Amino acid sequence: MISLTTPITEQKIRSLKVGDPVSISGIVFTGRDAVHKYLHEGGALPPQVNLRDGIIYHCGPVMMKEVDGSWRCTAAGPTTSIREEPYQGDIIHKFGVRGVIGKGGLGEKTLAACKADGCVYLHAIGGAAQVLAECVKKVRAVYFLEEFGSPEAIWELQVENFPAVVTMDSHGGSLHKEVFAASAAELAKRL
Amino acid sequence: MNALNDSLIELIRRTSVELPDDVNQALIRSLENEKKGTIAESALKIIDQNIVLAKRKSQPICQDTGSILFYVDCPVGFDQIHFEETARVAVTEATKKGYLRQNSVDSLTGKNDGTNVGPGAPTVHFHQHRSPEVSVRLALKGGGCENVGAQYSLPNEKLHANRDLDGCRKVILDAVLQAQGKGCGPGILGVCIGGDRATGYEFSKQQFFRKLDDRNPNAELDALEQDILKTANELGIGPMGFGGKTTLLGVKATAANRLPASFFVSISYMCWAYRRQGVRLGGAGEITSWLY
Repeated sequence: MISLTTPITEQKIRSLKVGDPVSISGIVFTGRDAVHKYLHEGGALPPQVNLRDGIIYHCGPVMMKEVDGSWRCTAAGPTTSIREEPYQGDIIHKFGVRGVIGKGGLGEKTLAACKADGCVYLHAIGGAAQVLAECVKKVRAVYFLEEFGSPEAIWELQVENFPAVVTMDSHGGSLHKEVFAASAAELAKRL
Repeated sequence: MNALNDSLIELIRRTSVELPDDVNQALIRSLENEKKGTIAESALKIIDQNIVLAKRKSQPICQDTGSILFYVDCPVGFDQIHFEETARVAVTEATKKGYLRQNSVDSLTGKNDGTNVGPGAPTVHFHQHRSPEVSVRLALKGGGCENVGAQYSLPNEKLHANRDLDGCRKVILDAVLQAQGKGCGPGILGVCIGGDRATGYEFSKQQFFRKLDDRNPNAELDALEQDILKTANELGIGPMGFGGKTTLLGVKATAANRLPASFFVSISYMCWAYRRQGVRLGGAGEITSWLY
């Protein structure tokens, strides 16, 4: 298991290869469909949200508000990433993102951005909302809650030992491409 | 009134936090079967831990608590309007308790009012029967797996799929290939051959109320189910699309009559977090037994 702590250097990212299991600690920002579209259309991030050398997590958590006004994260697995394919590459480039956590992988545009800018795709286990919520040690802040609603807001999470697997690296490698090609070949033999 | 409301909240809670035993057993078997030391095995281990943790903490197995689909079997004279009104209140309360995510968005304005209630949400399907029994089944179907569902119109030239069972087999396997890990596999397929577009998808979803280990009483459909399951698990897509032995946990298929002009094959994909439950209700709306 390779430890990744935010902020992450380009050198560290370049050392990662498809298939590496990683354990993530530090700050991650959630962002999914509404946030990606907004940023892609030229929307500005709140000044407190710094993605440079940081991580975007494709996640719409379940959050409960405590009596003191703080938030408790009670479920926090990844959402399907491929919907962000039209936007992700540009966002990696523009904001200096080093890691994207999600599930299901992304496509060629993002893979090219990972290579050009030094970023990796970190695959978390879809549906494992409780195991992953346990890794969220603190909900530090929320942005765009009113505009986008709770699942689509940017949640600033402090995480510890969050498990994921590198499935797209910064050298053009993609487990998703490999598995698709291999499974298509197996299927062709069985038709 | 209150008993029915309480029963529906408990049905929602249990559906969201606990997997039915047949699904749990199938996941345990797939973990035992997976090659040791692979990322597929570690994915299944995390899934296994997650199931235990969700039940213990009474918190959602998956943060995407999905489309809320009620199916009610009821006698003639059952007050459906009252049931639907109560279901909407129960859904709102279950959301406040954190059993459901604030998961329902106005498609025109993009607003999420946090209640999970709106046009088409939740959906309630009623079916009248001659028996006095009232039973309520619930499926919570997440968006990731819903997005990889597919409907094919035969013939499909690209896939060389004609209007026969072999053509159906080809398009169903194509749906599995296209889904890869995006629907949170290992998954379960619900399939309907025939029907119009809406009925086909609807019937495909109703297949999810069958238990994983049952067998289709129709010999041709049974053979198709077994064949798709075996073939899909030879493709090496594996849990989460990481590569591996278990791509599907089950295949359930039905058929509906079609028009001479139409031949649809509708495929719904359910993720491993296969949230389905059901209850029988007594005269006051209280839960008398669980169905799964």
